[in-house]
Amino acid sequence: MTPLLATVTRKEARIALFGAAALAVAATLPLFDTGFYLSLALNVAMYVVLCTAWTLFSGPTHYISLASAAFFGIGTYSVALGIDTLPFPLLVAVGFVASAALAGLVGIATLRLSGVYFVIFTLGLAELVRQVVTWAQTNFTHGVGLYVFTDFTETHIYWMLLALAAIVYVTGWLVNRSRLGFALRIIGNDETVARHVGIDTARAKVLLFMISGGFIGIVGACLAPRFAYVEPPSAFNPMISFQVVIMALLGGTGRLWAPLLGVIPFTILFDQVSAYFPNHTSLVIGIAFMAVVYLLPRGVIGFVDDMRRLKKRFRIVLVEDEGALGKERAS
Amino acid sequence: MSATPSLAPILSIDGARKAFGGLVAVNDVSFDVREGELVGLIGPNGSGKTTMLNLISGALRPTSGTISLAGARISGRPAHAIARQGVARTFQLVRILPSMTALENVMAGAVFGHARTWGDDARHVAVALLDRVGLAGRGDAMTGAMTYIDHKRLELARALASNPRLLLLDEWLAGLNPSELKLGIELIRELRADGRTIIMVEHVMDAIRSLCDRCVVMSSGVKIADGDVADVLTRPEVVSAYLGDDDA
Repeated sequence: MTPLLATVTRKEARIALFGAAALAVAATLPLFDTGFYLSLALNVAMYVVLCTAWTLFSGPTHYISLASAAFFGIGTYSVALGIDTLPFPLLVAVGFVASAALAGLVGIATLRLSGVYFVIFTLGLAELVRQVVTWAQTNFTHGVGLYVFTDFTETHIYWMLLALAAIVYVTGWLVNRSRLGFALRIIGNDETVARHVGIDTARAKVLLFMISGGFIGIVGACLAPRFAYVEPPSAFNPMISFQVVIMALLGGTGRLWAPLLGVIPFTILFDQVSAYFPNHTSLVIGIAFMAVVYLLPRGVIGFVDDMRRLKKRFRIVLVEDEGALGKERAS
Repeated sequence: MSATPSLAPILSIDGARKAFGGLVAVNDVSFDVREGELVGLIGPNGSGKTTMLNLISGALRPTSGTISLAGARISGRPAHAIARQGVARTFQLVRILPSMTALENVMAGAVFGHARTWGDDARHVAVALLDRVGLAGRGDAMTGAMTYIDHKRLELARALASNPRLLLLDEWLAGLNPSELKLGIELIRELRADGRTIIMVEHVMDAIRSLCDRCVVMSSGVKIADGDVADVLTRPEVVSAYLGDDDA
């Protein structure tokens, strides 16, 4: 990936510095608490990576993918199947490759589908993979689940996810300033123009879907030790797919870090809801989804942008008024 | 540099046909375009001119027939591959990338098309072309704040940015007011003087008369005339295609 500009702008350097500092501060959390707050922060970190990876593809292309659970589950199973024989880092790499490969296949088969057809296909795919894994386990192995015993504690998993978040942000930034990123912005604007200026639109979309799916697979792989006992309903949980979409849309998909604005409030809300209304979580998720779509169609970031623009316009009006007053005074 | 069309055809269309179910929009049309030529493609509404351009640019695949660019077959290939071979176009209904700046709109052509530049090179190409089409210093402007003719200029700059071997203009002069039209015609004249090979679909007859070396006339999907502009426009079959048989 050749950068569009070889240099890093001041603003980018500032954001990078701020981001690194924020990550460093977040990484100290296990020193203060290894119970409730670490668990909550781990969920936040997990969804930050999932939503940012999801937005890498769905942000510029506007294709809503509900296949996150499939990629996540494949990552989890890569670790669960091989934990007794292979080293953990290698299994994470296997998880990445396997889910990226699945994303590639799905991409080639479906990216010609548009809108609602793509959404339904990805939802069906996640379910299909889950059923296939269940079928394979009941027919070829002794049980439906797999034990994952490691020395990893929640602290280790949390640190892994923070490192992964950093990698995803850097990747997203590199993609944005590469030819591929430029191509996807053009595709998001007008696919006909994109084709006629020489962009292989199918290839660009499949490539990015693979990067996005691969990262989601890594998250699943990192989370496997936390499950301890892995079975299809938990690894391929469709709730993961839905929550990723809701959180990413709540934050907004226009900018790389925007999903963060949705993940933090939603994870905390969801934690509270499942603590106080354990039997009604689906209901609350449904209401939250409708609220996001109706009240914040462009997410928190869109709302912030609108407010800024209003403020700017208001200021221009004020300046013009003062200018007019000044002229009157002069004359 | 004045245009001296060489003999080798840069574009050869041989029996191109496009049928939409029972409707034959382009019916076995053949013609060649030589390097450096400016060919007008004219005809009444619905005669298949835009469909013909779509077949050349790859927006549509011909039902039968072959189209070759500099000897290499391009018909049946996807639009992005044809663009990389060196065909660039503008659209009948202007297509601008709304969330991008004017400069980025032009760079889109420079980065992915026939020229395939990147980084500062692409930027320099885009700045020079904005200057060329009369948008000097407007690179940072958001396209939403621009006028219709500026959109047209921007689209032309984007097409030129790939340094195409063949430029297709689909009613690029349509919808301009008289003074804009004069500017537009002048701009195309300059491109021709640079030696660009151009096919323009156009309804503005003054532009066809003053710009084109040659024109191809289509009616109901069929090519009915091909030749020198002044000669072709007086032929009875061309006059009757435009005005109807009774008036001819």
